Amino acid sequence: MLSPTVMEEGDEVLQVLEVGEAVEEVKEVIISTIEEEIRRSSPLNSKTSQDDNWGETTTAVTGTSEHSLSQEDIVRITKDLEDSVGLDCRRYVTRSIAVILGLLVFFTPLAFLVLPHILWPDKQQRCETACEGLVISVAFKLLILLLAVWALFFRPARAGLPRVFVFRILLAVLVLLFVTSYWLFYSVRILHSQDPDYKDIVQYAVSLVDALLFIHYLAVVLLELRQLQPCYSVCVTRATDGETRHYNLGQLSIQRAALAVIEHYYCDFPIHNPALLSASKSRAAKHLAGLKVYNVDGPGNNASAGIAQSQSRAMIAAAARRRDTSHNELYYEEAEHERRVRKRRARLVVAVEEAFTHIKRMQEEEPKKAPGDVMDPREAAQAIFPSMARALQKYLRTTKQQHCHSMESIQQHLAFCITNKLTPKAFLEGYLTPGPTLQYGKDHWLGRRWTLISEASVTSGLKDGSVFLLKCVDFCLVVTSRKIPYVQMSEEYIDPKSHKFVLRLQSETSV
Amino acid sequence: MSEQPSNDSVGQRCQITREDFICQRIEIQKLREGENLILGFSIGGGIDQDPGQNPFSEDKSDKGIYVTRITPGGPAEVAGLRIGDKIMQVNGWDMTMVTHDQARKKLTKKREDVVRLLITRKSLEEAVKHSKGSHPRQ
Repeated sequence: MLSPTVMEEGDEVLQVLEVGEAVEEVKEVIISTIEEEIRRSSPLNSKTSQDDNWGETTTAVTGTSEHSLSQEDIVRITKDLEDSVGLDCRRYVTRSIAVILGLLVFFTPLAFLVLPHILWPDKQQRCETACEGLVISVAFKLLILLLAVWALFFRPARAGLPRVFVFRILLAVLVLLFVTSYWLFYSVRILHSQDPDYKDIVQYAVSLVDALLFIHYLAVVLLELRQLQPCYSVCVTRATDGETRHYNLGQLSIQRAALAVIEHYYCDFPIHNPALLSASKSRAAKHLAGLKVYNVDGPGNNASAGIAQSQSRAMIAAAARRRDTSHNELYYEEAEHERRVRKRRARLVVAVEEAFTHIKRMQEEEPKKAPGDVMDPREAAQAIFPSMARALQKYLRTTKQQHCHSMESIQQHLAFCITNKLTPKAFLEGYLTPGPTLQYGKDHWLGRRWTLISEASVTSGLKDGSVFLLKCVDFCLVVTSRKIPYVQMSEEYIDPKSHKFVLRLQSETSV
Repeated sequence: MSEQPSNDSVGQRCQITREDFICQRIEIQKLREGENLILGFSIGGGIDQDPGQNPFSEDKSDKGIYVTRITPGGPAEVAGLRIGDKIMQVNGWDMTMVTHDQARKKLTKKREDVVRLLITRKSLEEAVKHSKGSHPRQ
């Protein structure tokens, strides 16, 4: 972009003109470069055709909208890749290893007991009472172990984490070593020497099963109990609108902490509504739209970073000089919006209450009405819905929630409320305040695919001051953790008889 | 307790309990009404009372004895006692650290006909300041 008034080459002159017109030239430059990048990186994607109208309708701060477009492309690409290779592959592998280990563990004691009978059927002593008692105890302990392992390990997986779970690997290795050493001892001492004393063999099997139960106890403590005691307080902030919540977590690795945070996110955070962010974006655009920045040195020089910096500094200086009345506009706009929302809300509440009075529950004892009059909940909902539909639609549009609720979902909710004797206020609660993401339909659970971004290794433990990001398609959660401080509590004893009172005196005596 | 020799004059400086006050001496003749000798005013305050409820004291932790009411035309009014005065001494007895009952007893001794009070009053300070300002002597 050359300004006609600059003469020499190599002269970095920036002219900042305060012009009130739209900055179409600047916008076009930005758009074309990034579009080239997209075209280069995603040959599969044919969506990025150069849209001529796009430059005029987007704001000058093109960063956000373009990044979201390109990120969606990338996510789509990686999803294709991963589906073909199979993240499920890893899950199946781990599951099969677990099953093999479990079978090994379960059948080893049985093998210890049964092998002598198979190998030397003629040489065995009879099993006395004590020995039989031990065999029964082996059987029951094995049954308990089976139930315990099923309860702890064979639960549906909650999530696919990026790295393996360190404690599980540790326990699997421990069990494997343990069983291997027992087999070694068994084969060397018993099978080789062909020990005829069956009681010894049974006691050996009992000790194996006892040790396995203790390993299971260790597994319970490491996997379940250790993280129950709260140790760290994490602060979770949503990057787009600043919603913040705090949670207490125990000693967890970063990936498990991230999983806990995501599970809390779905219950606690109000649903992410991109329509509410457009106001601040348009304000930012208005700030930039008033300025026109020229780079007189010509395109393609290598000081692009310097140019960007000096451009923004020039813009900041110009903005500081200009008298900005946008705060006034914001104040009045917000006051007006508030008033409008309150008015629509009042109309909606009245309409819904009136609609609910049109139907009543039919009692069994009432004389049977004509079959045309009796309705099931769905029909009743459909009957009263039109009288409140317009008010509800207007309210949702004012609060920019109309994309969260479809006509069908509203009617379903209405039928549900009628069936369960909910009042009109209870019916409206879901629409008046934005609820957590769980409340809305499955298609709103935007992206059950999350990316964990962390500087520390994700299998390392949570520490004081560790920060990580959880990125979803549209937004980002920033998580910081703080250690809960050590509390030193002292006691003070109060004698129940020490609560005594006196009246406040103010007497006056005449002399 | 150090005191300067006094007349019945206003604007006397006296030092009691290590603080500087402008004091006035007032002599009240008791009036005999039937069996009793009355002085014609009411007192409030004392170390066993709640100082925060005293409307006349400047410092709400002051537990001294204050004059809360004056019978119009009575001996106290005639002698020049005013409402809100703080009584520092009665016939030489200190009144700044006494209970309410002790103060009453000191004032109503049956054998005494006359009580000599040492009082302090906020308006006294201001009067002295005014007079000093107009006639600078020191």
